[in-house]
Amino acid sequence: MHETSGDKTFPGQAAAGIIDCDVHNNVPSIEAIYPHLPDRWRDYLIEHGVSSIEPNYYPRGAPLSARPGSRPPSGAPPGSDLGLLREQLLDPWEVQCAILNCLYGVQMLYNDDWAAAMARAVNNWQIAEWLEKDPRLRASIVVPAQSPELAAEEIDRLGGHPGFVQVLLLVRAKMPYGRRYYWPIYQEAERYGLPVGIHAGGATGDPITPVGWPSYYIEDYVSLAQAFQSQVISLVSEGVFARFPQLRVVLIEGGFTWLPSLMWRLDKNWKGVRREVPWVDRLPSEVIHEHIRLTIQPVDEPPTPEHLFQIIEQIGSEELLLFSTDYPHWHFDKREDALPTKLPSELERKILVENAQAVYQL
Amino acid sequence: MVERLAESATEGRGKVSIVDCDIHNAVPSPESLKPYLSSRWQKHQEMIGPRYRHGFTQGDPYPRGNPNAARLDAWPPSGLPPGSDLAFMREQLLDALDIEYGILNCLDKVGEQLNEEYAAALARAVNDWQIAEWLEKDPRLRASIVVPYENADFAAAEIERVSDHPGFVQILLLVRTREPLGRRKYWRMYEAAEHYGLPVGIHFGGMGGNPITSSGWPSYYIEDHTTMSQAFQSQVISLVSEGVFERFPDLRVVMIEGGFAWLPPLMWRLDKHWKRLRDEVPHLKRLPSEYVKEHIWLTTQPMEEPTNPKHLLQVIEHLGSEEKLMFSTDYPHWDYDDPNRAFPIRLPPDLKQKIFSENARALYRFEAGE
Repeated sequence: MHETSGDKTFPGQAAAGIIDCDVHNNVPSIEAIYPHLPDRWRDYLIEHGVSSIEPNYYPRGAPLSARPGSRPPSGAPPGSDLGLLREQLLDPWEVQCAILNCLYGVQMLYNDDWAAAMARAVNNWQIAEWLEKDPRLRASIVVPAQSPELAAEEIDRLGGHPGFVQVLLLVRAKMPYGRRYYWPIYQEAERYGLPVGIHAGGATGDPITPVGWPSYYIEDYVSLAQAFQSQVISLVSEGVFARFPQLRVVLIEGGFTWLPSLMWRLDKNWKGVRREVPWVDRLPSEVIHEHIRLTIQPVDEPPTPEHLFQIIEQIGSEELLLFSTDYPHWHFDKREDALPTKLPSELERKILVENAQAVYQL
Repeated sequence: MVERLAESATEGRGKVSIVDCDIHNAVPSPESLKPYLSSRWQKHQEMIGPRYRHGFTQGDPYPRGNPNAARLDAWPPSGLPPGSDLAFMREQLLDALDIEYGILNCLDKVGEQLNEEYAAALARAVNDWQIAEWLEKDPRLRASIVVPYENADFAAAEIERVSDHPGFVQILLLVRTREPLGRRKYWRMYEAAEHYGLPVGIHFGGMGGNPITSSGWPSYYIEDHTTMSQAFQSQVISLVSEGVFERFPDLRVVMIEGGFAWLPPLMWRLDKHWKRLRDEVPHLKRLPSEYVKEHIWLTTQPMEEPTNPKHLLQVIEHLGSEEKLMFSTDYPHWDYDDPNRAFPIRLPPDLKQKIFSENARALYRFEAGE
């Protein structure tokens, strides 16, 4: 994967380089965050034998979890090594800006105070080990979403830090994200002008599909798309964007080819039963066009490239898609397959750079 | 009301025969099933009655768009509930739309009962009631065998019991189940369905005991209805991934009242990730989408309505087959599809005939009409 820099992957690629809206910085070991924890919590981890809160969203040995060459020789998790990230992504792809999404399992913890302490520590670790080491990096604020008040406090602590450009939630949650329970998070995010990023993953102990627990990891991963769909339905139906009109939500690592069929179904149902949700005062698809963005990996492309272009047209707006590689997860082989269809150059530029600049205010 | 429907039946439709793949015949009241229940179960019905994975005596957590989820004009003059009056159904649907065959999917709550033996008794009662009150009264009608699907042995026994009645053309499950439907717990039921040559119909609805999204319980009926699509998608993933179609190569499955525009993106996603993760599921010998195209059909209602009607033709193309869609009205529900208005765009005549009758005729092995 060691490629010469200077060759443009995409014809529409601007001279300034692309913006990668989904890159993973993984915590190399629990000891890496000890320096950022108060004694009380460091002692807790040691006394209770907590060796890791690494989530199982990407089994270590699964091909999808790590593209070739991304596993550090030290044996640390893929995505935990800034040097490799520069070598494999930032430099060869001419990334002008990469947005880090750290998935360390803060949201899985049932002890709210512990979750909040870990979130603070992870964010401080992100500042020290990533944001202050490479000016191309930005990050998402990791929050204990399971406790919206504590999450709001963390957003308030870091919302003014220029390195943080987003608040990070995981798509599988205890309750649908439109519910008022979560509104303190949206209030703080809107106040700081931060989009809320909802990323693939999450583990609450509840079944990971609406019909129970599937047997296989492939089912787990594929059914993340359904989790995103349910969250979109909730955010729109509960009137989150009516209450927080400046808020933007970014759906990260969920794919996007499912979006048109969802919009059509939700629009149709709104026409039929809209009296139940009077705060949804226009077509759901219009709300989605205004408030929701999606990163493109995994592209989930059809065998016929023309059909992918049709899906992008069916989405009905050129402002929704944001380029991403989802490094280090392995979704494509050749660089040009990251965006596997010929697009008009204006649209390509929007996807590669401009839509991200708009939503993240870069 | 009936006059208007009769007029529109001939307007703009031309001579297209119609097989309606989703009609709901309703049990008028618990009393109606009594003659078909043994005294042991009659007593149970009076003493305990139905018990579900929710706390309501009547209704359920998400009140429907209309009472009984029915079109306001579908309440029969007889005073019986919508869908329970055959004479009115003939007038309003079968005759008015000149239906060649109509497939009854009775949504009486059988499979969701916590007491599995009671579920089996109710299944027997509903099926016997369907034979007496519907199948033997109108030659156009066919029906699905209602089964206690959470107990595969009991379900297989019921399939075996009634499968020889020519009016039964399918078995019926509801889409929100206790476990994903590909799981081994359900295999004995698929074995029976395959053995008797009956497609497995998986229908909108059900209370399987899992929160209806993977992030818990939403607040509103609009969410309940819209998110049903994700349940259908999860079932497709499970049936394919668990190798149900390898184990039961003649099994056919119909997704009923789930819409269909969600299927192409799901096939693409399954195929893509199978390429990376196929070593986990070595029992799968082919692309997931190949299993889908070979084994899964879908009824058209509730049809997703693209803002640009031309996009609907793109969706049908993305499906990769003209043989998968089968027209349905979902009579008497509020989101019913009128055959004259359901499609926002003119379909090529061959495709139109396939969707309106020929695909169903082939799947359910109906004879050609006169």
